[in-house]
Amino acid sequence: MASIKDTILQYVKNEYLETDDDREITYDTPLISGGIVDSFSMVSLKVFLETKFNIQIPDAKASPEAFDSVNNIVNLLKEFSIKE
Amino acid sequence: MAYNSDVRKVYSDQLEDLKSQGIFKEERAICAPQDSEIEVEFPIGSEKKKVINMCANNYLGLSSHSEVVKAAHEGLDSRGYGMSSVRFICGTQDIHKELERKLTEFLGTEDTILFPSCMDANAGVFEAILTEHDVMIADRLVHASIIDGMRLCKAQNDSYKHSDMAHLEEKLQLHQNKRLRMVITDGAFSMDGDLAKLDKIVELAEKYNAMVFIDDSHASGYIGRTGRGTQEHCGVLGKIDIITTTLGKALGGASGGCVSGRKEIVEMCRQKARPYLFSNTVAPVIVEGALRVLEIISRSTERRDKLEENTKFWRKGLTDAGFIIKEGETAIVPVMLFNAKLSQDVAKDLYAEGIYAVGFFFPVVPKGQARIRTQLSAAHERHHLEKALAAFIKVGKKYDILGKTKQEIIDKYGM
Repeated sequence: MASIKDTILQYVKNEYLETDDDREITYDTPLISGGIVDSFSMVSLKVFLETKFNIQIPDAKASPEAFDSVNNIVNLLKEFSIKE
Repeated sequence: MAYNSDVRKVYSDQLEDLKSQGIFKEERAICAPQDSEIEVEFPIGSEKKKVINMCANNYLGLSSHSEVVKAAHEGLDSRGYGMSSVRFICGTQDIHKELERKLTEFLGTEDTILFPSCMDANAGVFEAILTEHDVMIADRLVHASIIDGMRLCKAQNDSYKHSDMAHLEEKLQLHQNKRLRMVITDGAFSMDGDLAKLDKIVELAEKYNAMVFIDDSHASGYIGRTGRGTQEHCGVLGKIDIITTTLGKALGGASGGCVSGRKEIVEMCRQKARPYLFSNTVAPVIVEGALRVLEIISRSTERRDKLEENTKFWRKGLTDAGFIIKEGETAIVPVMLFNAKLSQDVAKDLYAEGIYAVGFFFPVVPKGQARIRTQLSAAHERHHLEKALAAFIKVGKKYDILGKTKQEIIDKYGM
């Protein structure tokens, strides 16, 4: 089974990269400050995490910083007791 | 708190920051009516320079058309300068109702409501008709005004990759549990110049029971055989539930916009859309001008046909010369340069050659997709376009980008 990290990474690639976009995304790639995910489409990511892990992320916690890389998201999920 | 030096510093620091990032916007003063050839002061106060305008939304060349100007004068004489009121108090004249009727007829919808601008229409429409039980699913490249409107609305928002119908279908499936679903897209995309796949979108909307919203500001008046917009081009006239559009581009270029579509939705906007309820009525001068515009474009397709010819000539000319352009059918033709600084340098050199075109880069377009956006007009004559093309080729040669691939340009100039 894929790890949480890889599940999120795979979602980000599928959800945000166009088919002709060959940018490499790793666990540390800045997603929002790097221009891959904008604040508008960040909502999809939040909805995905909430559905996948059956949690509610309050808006105050769903900040651009908290969502800025796969590693940051994994750290955020730890607050909801979601760990590898 | 007084506006003391500390407060002043907060703002001056931010402005300096914009300048250091190279994204500080400066206006240029045009010392003439809007046209294909204009006199410009840039920077403001400097010597005037005559340039060919390749960046106006004046698609049909009606912004300074003598008949439109005359109609506006007549409107001024017959209905005055302003109404000093919002629409529902004492700001609705007979001509406002007439323009709403004529737009309904032109767009092939059930009803229309005027707004001070299409920005206002987009800012007001979603909040007026959707609630927290609903979902808005938008193309990721929709105009900023739609994003603002969606933010003001309590419905959940979601998005799909630009024109990716498989992704849209996934999202429609995901949100089947909502009360109402609305697919939201631009008709013509302002930065890429491509058109929404409205035929496919309507098909998916029917399959998954969703409404369709389009902002057709960059298409109304010239896209489609008789200029009725993207819905005509895609063969879905009458199937779009909500169309917002502007009178500020092809349809006269002054200001004003509208929401046109299903009659209940339009009525909800009259009751609840805040930019409609709390801002002034569209001035009579503009209403009369817009009525004449609709009359001109309804009696002949000559202007949109000329624009189509100009667009074909321009797209072919740039492609043959070796530029990379974004493919599309609209009069918006982006010349791809990828690197932000290169887009600014090329725009500057074009200006020196007497061509007025603007370079766009992140955050207006995605990183690594900097470009010069060129826009055609029915007011362009062939000699304007030939001169502009010669200037593009001269500047293209200087930077050695003609015939080069995307990768070669990026290797030379960086992302």
